[in-house]
Amino acid sequence: MTKTKMRTYSYFFLLPAGIIYFVFYLLPTILSFFFSMTRWTLTKWTYIGFENYATFFSETSLSIGFRNTLVYAVVTCGLKVVLGLLLGAFLTSRVLFKNYLRSVIFFPTLLSTIAVGIAFSTMMHPSHGMFNTVLASLGITGPDWLGNTKIALLSVAMVDVWKGVGVATVIYIAGISAIPQEYYEALKIDGGNNYSAFWNITLPLSRPAMNSVIILAFIGGLRSFDLIWAMTKGGPGFTTDLIASIIYKQYQAGFYGLATAGNVILFIAVSVLAFPLYKFLTKSEVNL
Amino acid sequence: MSKGLSSDHMIKGIRGSRSEHVEGRLTKRVKRITIGVVALVLSTLIFWIPFYFVIINSIKNQAESADMSMAWPTSFHFLDNYKAVLTASDYMLIRAFINSTLLTVLSISILVVVAAMAGFVLQRREGGRTSSFINFLVLAGLMIPPAIVPTIWVLDSIGLFKTLAGITLIEVALHFPFAAILYKAFVATLPREVDESALIDGCGGGRLFMSIIFPLLKPVTSTVIVLTSINVFNDFVNPLYFFPGADNATIQLTLYNFMSRFTTSWNLLFADIVLISIPPLILFIFFNKKIVAGMTAGAVKG
Amino acid sequence: MRMTKSKLLAFVTSIVLMMTLLAGCGGGGNAAEGDTGTAGSTSKKTTLTLMVGNTGTTLEALKAVAAEAEKKLNIAIEFDIKPDGGEGDNLVKTRLATGDMDDLLVYNTGSLFLALNPEEHFMDVTNEPFMTNVLDSFKTVVTASDKVYGAPVGSTNAGGILYNKKVYADLGLSVPKTWDEFMANNEKITAAGKTAVLASYKDTWTSQLFVLADFYNVQAQVPNFAADYTANKVKYATTPAALRGFEKIEEVYKKGYMNKDFLATTYDVALKMLATGEGVHYPMLSSGLDTIMANTPDQIDDIGFFAQPSDSADVNGLTIWMPSGLYINKDTKNADAAKKWVEYFVSPEGQAVFASKVKAAGPYVIKGATLPDDSYGAVKDMQHYFDEGHTAPALEFVSPVKGPNLENITVAVGSGISTGKKGAEDYDKDVEKQAQQLNLPGW
Repeated sequence: MTKTKMRTYSYFFLLPAGIIYFVFYLLPTILSFFFSMTRWTLTKWTYIGFENYATFFSETSLSIGFRNTLVYAVVTCGLKVVLGLLLGAFLTSRVLFKNYLRSVIFFPTLLSTIAVGIAFSTMMHPSHGMFNTVLASLGITGPDWLGNTKIALLSVAMVDVWKGVGVATVIYIAGISAIPQEYYEALKIDGGNNYSAFWNITLPLSRPAMNSVIILAFIGGLRSFDLIWAMTKGGPGFTTDLIASIIYKQYQAGFYGLATAGNVILFIAVSVLAFPLYKFLTKSEVNL
Repeated sequence: MSKGLSSDHMIKGIRGSRSEHVEGRLTKRVKRITIGVVALVLSTLIFWIPFYFVIINSIKNQAESADMSMAWPTSFHFLDNYKAVLTASDYMLIRAFINSTLLTVLSISILVVVAAMAGFVLQRREGGRTSSFINFLVLAGLMIPPAIVPTIWVLDSIGLFKTLAGITLIEVALHFPFAAILYKAFVATLPREVDESALIDGCGGGRLFMSIIFPLLKPVTSTVIVLTSINVFNDFVNPLYFFPGADNATIQLTLYNFMSRFTTSWNLLFADIVLISIPPLILFIFFNKKIVAGMTAGAVKG
Repeated sequence: MRMTKSKLLAFVTSIVLMMTLLAGCGGGGNAAEGDTGTAGSTSKKTTLTLMVGNTGTTLEALKAVAAEAEKKLNIAIEFDIKPDGGEGDNLVKTRLATGDMDDLLVYNTGSLFLALNPEEHFMDVTNEPFMTNVLDSFKTVVTASDKVYGAPVGSTNAGGILYNKKVYADLGLSVPKTWDEFMANNEKITAAGKTAVLASYKDTWTSQLFVLADFYNVQAQVPNFAADYTANKVKYATTPAALRGFEKIEEVYKKGYMNKDFLATTYDVALKMLATGEGVHYPMLSSGLDTIMANTPDQIDDIGFFAQPSDSADVNGLTIWMPSGLYINKDTKNADAAKKWVEYFVSPEGQAVFASKVKAAGPYVIKGATLPDDSYGAVKDMQHYFDEGHTAPALEFVSPVKGPNLENITVAVGSGISTGKKGAEDYDKDVEKQAQQLNLPGW
């Protein structure tokens, strides 16, 4: 059979995909390690060792991206995990307008991030934006959502959650729907209420779904670029710069070697944070 | 869905048999309606108002839209604004629609074929050393962001930078891991007996795949098509880097360009937002279930 | 089995079709580019492509010149609009690097021009007859390795303070000669309930003016600054006279002289506020006058202009920006037509057409082209600085070293995130990357 197998499932099947994937993804990724150590004009390069990395870590305007990226990823991921779970549990219970509510929460995921960013940044205008006019009519002075350095990054993160919580919710819905109803029935018979059902059944048994949400949202957060670029372009100053927006800025300035170093750093950050997280989550899933 | 419904019935049945007070059931019902209505109002506030805001401002005149208010317009400029947006910069938006559509159709056609082939063989060879190495490479592609400037350099070296062919292949490469994993998971549900009986009939590997396996992959293929089309159509970063230039504009880039061009004409910017949100809306109306199912499948298996 | 065969056929056909489609698309772009050439040859009309930014009125004026030139020379221009700022710089760089530039390009002069590797990409026009009337002061900013590459587009432009004369008269203020006087005026204006200093940080580039327009004062106090700065011998943060520019932003912020919502205010809105007298000072380039003329023409005469004050009344002069350059692509297939067009553009006739659409924001750099009598009042305010010889080109025209992040750094200083000192230090680091990228000696 092995001989037939070799012939039947020939590696030639992988060739078209393999070539495309190699040339347009793997090769540039491999090359990035070399080019990140050069000063590069696209036509000429000079090898400069780790200088680009040193620059990246020593300049506040560049290193700020780490902290921000981490904060952004943790905040968006955390909120999506929690809100998604609550919404998922709510939308699998006996609720009126269930389908409508599911659709409404999910639809923003399909919209253009740039469009969402533009719309929300107008609504967040400090004096005549919608948010603050509504707050003003309630007698509250709203903050400068995107101008105040303490909250600008969080404001963008909120919009990210608004747009992305739908995915988390549908994943939870799938996970929760797969929990056998018998558990709930048993609990009901034992006199448990909705809260204990949530804590004792829904929460622990939706762990696989939660792991997926954590991984997806966390990696998405680390790689995030569109929304921040549409809303603040990293400003005011450098307060909302993420690694991805810094890469773009260096690229714009023509610092191709430096931009590539940023790319490698993002690459390493994702590997160092996301792979162990993935391993940890899948391991604890097995132990459950 | 139907499973959830039947268990709802079961719970009702159990409750019924416990013969609660009618009064208690009534308050429960009131509670349920209250919760439903509250959820309805909240969801409307949180999710519909932004849409209302964008649409209403897209039909105001320039001065009124500059107020960025929610107020009803004093005069309607629906046709003027939308015509202005469509004709701006030599019908850039229409050209962009064409570009984006072409890009989406081409990249999906290629992706479906190559990813299905790869997913098939990877699943059937599961466990081998080579295939687990390849699996690792594919999984890595799901997590690790592409290296931007080296990709430009590669594209430029082979003459594909700023061409539709180049950006198409980029989209194929970047969506390949996700599609391959979906295909692999689906192929796992096809029993090997299918392959074997075909082999006994004298089919080779190629014919087995094309005449038997590929048609069987239809459900997952449609998932891949729907999900990837949304991602490619809404893609901003890749065209920004790999497909620059006014002639090349894709939908997302026009919006971005108009952002600096229409700094004072919010009405036109909003009209553009409305226009480019129509295709995802259409997809959503027709393929809602498919999209949701695909996203969950991808997430759980990925 | 016949079924499968037909399916197989369909499958193969679709693949082949896809490949041809792809190939067709790759070629499609080229065919379209070639089109412009062939379309021209039928009517013996040449069509040139010209890339230009979309800010201000330059584009309109170029279109007017192009229309005239089409009648006279039978050379048509197809405009390729690029965004301005960092975005546009990047576009130009990649188009040049990939050999895909238009026949003609309108782009900055000075350091940004030098960052393009002009020797590789532009046509040497040093000995073209049409360059004889161009002033040497302009030629120096479009020169690389002793060769001249560009013709001037428009007039010079000055950086300083645009102010509302009407409010000045109402409050009995006089034009400040020193920074202290300026701050005293700001105090009075604020007390009168108006915005003293307009800031429009939504358009981040506008935040740099206090630093850039301070350069006259810097070079008056440290005459060798530009040369030493290029050679990496002096720094902004360690040269007190240069550091002042950053400190001035900080001082204005700390005193609270700026408009509300300055982070969300755009350039256009700030100019409108200046025109209506809601705001009184706007550190800006004199080319902003054009936008005021376009949006609020009735108020144009209320606007005046003065140089950014220094700490001493003895040092008081204008920092000048040179006009943009018009460059010819070295690899253009229509070199003769391109030269002819540029020649027409700098001729008195071409300049007259251009000036009919864009009023001068400062003196011209072509011999014999003088400021017309109907120039903006604010531009006339500038004349005495020129007459007294109190002008100096901005740093970017005398040194190739300009960091890409100055605008973000000045926003950080101007919104209190960073201090003047810290901002200057950050900027010193920022320029280091640029200098290294350009391979300048000493970095």
